[in-house]
Amino acid sequence: MHSLNYHKASNASEAARLLSGTEDGKFLAGGQTLIPAMKTRLAAPSDLVDVSGAAELRGINVSGREVTIGAATTHAEVAANGELRNVCPSICDMAANIGDPAVRHRGTIGGSIANNDPAADYPAAMLALGATIKTVSREIAADDFFVGLFETALYDDELITSIGFTAPAAGAYAKFPNPASRYAMCGVFVAKGDGGVRVGVTGAGADGAFRAGDFEAALDGEFSAEALDGLSVRAEEMLSDIHGDGVYRANLVSVMARRAVAAAN
Amino acid sequence: MSEGIGASVKRKEDKRFITGKGKYTDDIRMENQAYAAFVRSSHAHAEIQGIDASAAEGMSGVIAVLTGAQLTGDGIGNLICGWAISSKDGSPMNMGAWSALATEKVRYVGDAVAVVIAESKDEAQAAAEAVDVSYSELPVAASIVAALADGAPDIHENAPGNVIYDWELGDGDATEAALASAAHVTEMDITNNRLAPNAMEPRSAVATYDDAEDHYTLYSTSQNPHVARLVLSAFYQVAPEHKLRVIAPDVGGGFGSKIYIYPEEIVCLWASMKTRRSVKWTAERTESFLTDAHGRDHVTEARMGFDADGRIVGFKVSTKANFGAYMSLFSSAVPTYLYATLLSGTYDIPAIHCEVLACYTNTVPVDAYRGAGRPEASFVVERLMETAAREMGKDPAELRRVNFVKEFPYQTQVIMNYDSGDFEGNMNQAMEAADWAGFAARKAEAANRGRLRGIGMACYIEACGIAPSAAVGSLGAGVGLWESAEVRVNPVGTIEVLTGSHSHGQGHETTFAQVVAERFGVPLDSIQIVHGDTDKVQFGMGTYGSRSGPVGISAIVKACDKVEVKVRKIAAHLLECNPDELVLEDSQVKVPGTNKALGWHEVGLAAYTAHNLPADMEPGLKEGAFYDPENFTFPMGCFIAEVEIDPGTGKTDVVKFVASDDFGVIINPMIVEGQVHGGIAQGVGQALLEEMVYDESGQPVSGSYMDYTMPRAEDVPSFVVEHHNTRCATNPLGIKGCGEAGAIGSPPAVINAISDAIGNNDISMPATSAKVWAAIQASGTGMAAE
Repeated sequence: MHSLNYHKASNASEAARLLSGTEDGKFLAGGQTLIPAMKTRLAAPSDLVDVSGAAELRGINVSGREVTIGAATTHAEVAANGELRNVCPSICDMAANIGDPAVRHRGTIGGSIANNDPAADYPAAMLALGATIKTVSREIAADDFFVGLFETALYDDELITSIGFTAPAAGAYAKFPNPASRYAMCGVFVAKGDGGVRVGVTGAGADGAFRAGDFEAALDGEFSAEALDGLSVRAEEMLSDIHGDGVYRANLVSVMARRAVAAAN
Repeated sequence: MSEGIGASVKRKEDKRFITGKGKYTDDIRMENQAYAAFVRSSHAHAEIQGIDASAAEGMSGVIAVLTGAQLTGDGIGNLICGWAISSKDGSPMNMGAWSALATEKVRYVGDAVAVVIAESKDEAQAAAEAVDVSYSELPVAASIVAALADGAPDIHENAPGNVIYDWELGDGDATEAALASAAHVTEMDITNNRLAPNAMEPRSAVATYDDAEDHYTLYSTSQNPHVARLVLSAFYQVAPEHKLRVIAPDVGGGFGSKIYIYPEEIVCLWASMKTRRSVKWTAERTESFLTDAHGRDHVTEARMGFDADGRIVGFKVSTKANFGAYMSLFSSAVPTYLYATLLSGTYDIPAIHCEVLACYTNTVPVDAYRGAGRPEASFVVERLMETAAREMGKDPAELRRVNFVKEFPYQTQVIMNYDSGDFEGNMNQAMEAADWAGFAARKAEAANRGRLRGIGMACYIEACGIAPSAAVGSLGAGVGLWESAEVRVNPVGTIEVLTGSHSHGQGHETTFAQVVAERFGVPLDSIQIVHGDTDKVQFGMGTYGSRSGPVGISAIVKACDKVEVKVRKIAAHLLECNPDELVLEDSQVKVPGTNKALGWHEVGLAAYTAHNLPADMEPGLKEGAFYDPENFTFPMGCFIAEVEIDPGTGKTDVVKFVASDDFGVIINPMIVEGQVHGGIAQGVGQALLEEMVYDESGQPVSGSYMDYTMPRAEDVPSFVVEHHNTRCATNPLGIKGCGEAGAIGSPPAVINAISDAIGNNDISMPATSAKVWAAIQASGTGMAAE
């Protein structure tokens, strides 16, 4: 690891101020992606501004069916929150299966979606839940947030503060993990909300997380696994790597979508 | 007795391991220690146009930047291969030069070009990144197919077409004639996937040069420190043997990958002399993937012929073996004398012919990895047997039963002479433990749950303790494969056993002590096993090929024989009895039924006080021995795997695994069971998960744990480990060895179970979920048998 300057921010505005004074600084939340990249010398920021200790960025608030999750809230906190589980167990279950215990106790929801790894779990959940990503300066709908592989609508140095969504009436996440990394080779989050059914897919798409529109339409008609019979995504639009080609991943999308719907019912 | 042979005593070494008190090479801190960081090629094949170290040399903490030109200029020799193999036509193998630091060309991603020595690891790494190497890229051949294709780039000048050797074993004409007359011939194309060894402890070296004494000390993660010293001295000209001490302290796993003397150890020794500093290097995990010798990587075409009764009449095997960019220390022996010689399997096969074409590729060198040739042979034989049974509509177990070797000694058509065994007994035991007869009901029950269940068997045989030295010498080995031991009884009766075997997880400190405790009738705690230091142990050939039990322990037994003779003479003299009347037990040397007895410690004291010894007897109680085995040993076993497959995703779960092994006499059943567990887990990893993948440009694709899948606890079931042992007929305790068996027998058992489950014989390792799902699609419903 290259040497660097470390700063600890106590709130969001201080974090922004600290970062603005650096040559090539980065925000550090849980560090579960950034730190390994630094250890293998693939990333070498001049400065790290640690936001994990900023109280205003942490915590889960549930009011009726309205949910707000602070950006620096860890996966383990999401997994274990009883109030959240009462209204939206699917996101708790999803968070409980990210990575391993060490990752879940350091990694954060804000860090995950800001990184937008095409195989991360949270982007599928954000899309399916129709979440709003709140930053220091604005609110961005999930549908507009995930732009491409590791690309988001965030400006340079724009810090996510929280995520908000309305808990769906029913929902579930079905994941087929990559055998090595345990990221998703395909993860499908299905949510039946007031505005209809939304299906978020991660791990499979060549351009990152996406919504399966055909699946949503079918499930709007009938929310059952059978409603998806005969439907599939296009193999040529899927990722292909040593763990599985596009045809296999397209199959996984269909299989995991059915299993998610079955689990949600 | 409770601590002797056959007792599952807890491992003496584990207290320090599980309390973090183990002392590994990276734990060694020398007073004036500096750090090495290697400048490595990011190209798979390129000419080195120039190396500009000027920026690096000016950086903070940098002591020196050293290159291959300086290394060769100082007379450091090229790396060697220790086993000479000749081609069919009698020509010697085409061995290309391998310099510890590349000079003219780089030949794989990770090839070391230069080294930075600096005050800290971070400074060394930062400066290594600043060394500017200019390359002229060359065409790349990163696979067997690419390397042997017309127009492939020559990786070494003296190996046209990238061929190292084109070797054969057995009777080609007789085999072809037998196959032509066969009632049924089964043909298969088989790939044995390339594996990265992934020892828990990365390789590490700490080298110190003492200029006052002109003496070198190397701490190293080695499975065989004496071989390392010999090779470093005799071939690399680093230092003469008496001026070089090699210490392999606690070592955290090797699996073969720490047999070899790598460029890094050579460079650290040389750099310590150049800089007059102790030089430490410890691989990061990425470097381990890039530079540890990989395993396997064979492609094979095989044909097995049967008569109308299902008896094998002939077996033809043509294998191409990937050696990587350079010939590693034992690489040449792996696909020849450790592979083709096991192709008779557990069967009486009247005609066998094996051809092996070894080739260079632009990948990291390939060498022995847990099993080394024998897993590849076992996989070919047992896949053919299972597939042949299905093709002929026979029960796979019965087909094996008909063909088993039943009388011993048995001379195979491929050199090996099996001394002992009861192959049918192991198969019967495994089938009973696995409830083979009840499988159909389990398959039906799984089908009700929407799961495809399959059962697969493998009856492996392997060969441990390469031997005898004269025979391996005649086959091209550059070393003898004996082992040495010294047994020192101290004046107070405690015992030190010095062994040339090296323990890097095997539990020698316990099992070796158990043998001596039983032999002399003394407590286990009174015995200390000393290994891993060339200044303490005079010589040894180290630990690999499951040789520490059959060869290392046999040397200890031989030294104990000599000690016992002297103990009996001393005691007989003092007790005024016949030496043959004496019994050694309960820490006494005594004549049963009489009051004639001496404490064990009294004999020791008598030997060292020398006040009253038999006439002409020298004082002291210390004996050494060299043991040269008369034959390999032949552990065998029957493994049965059951799998369940999710047809929607192709995910395979190994739900049941039964092993029935014949390891001969077992010293510590608990440790042996642990070896079997680890071996099977490794074999399941090869069968389902692990593969070192390079792309066409020679870039490693699975060079980290994000893409290289190591087996986890949840990937394996709770194993059922049984034994049906027959004594080895050729060594004193009847030991066969157990270190590799699990990894040898399990891949074919798992793959046979998958092919049974999905009704498709065309499934290769690793049987990833994607591959299994595709094979299910190819076989239609996946539920049909054929």
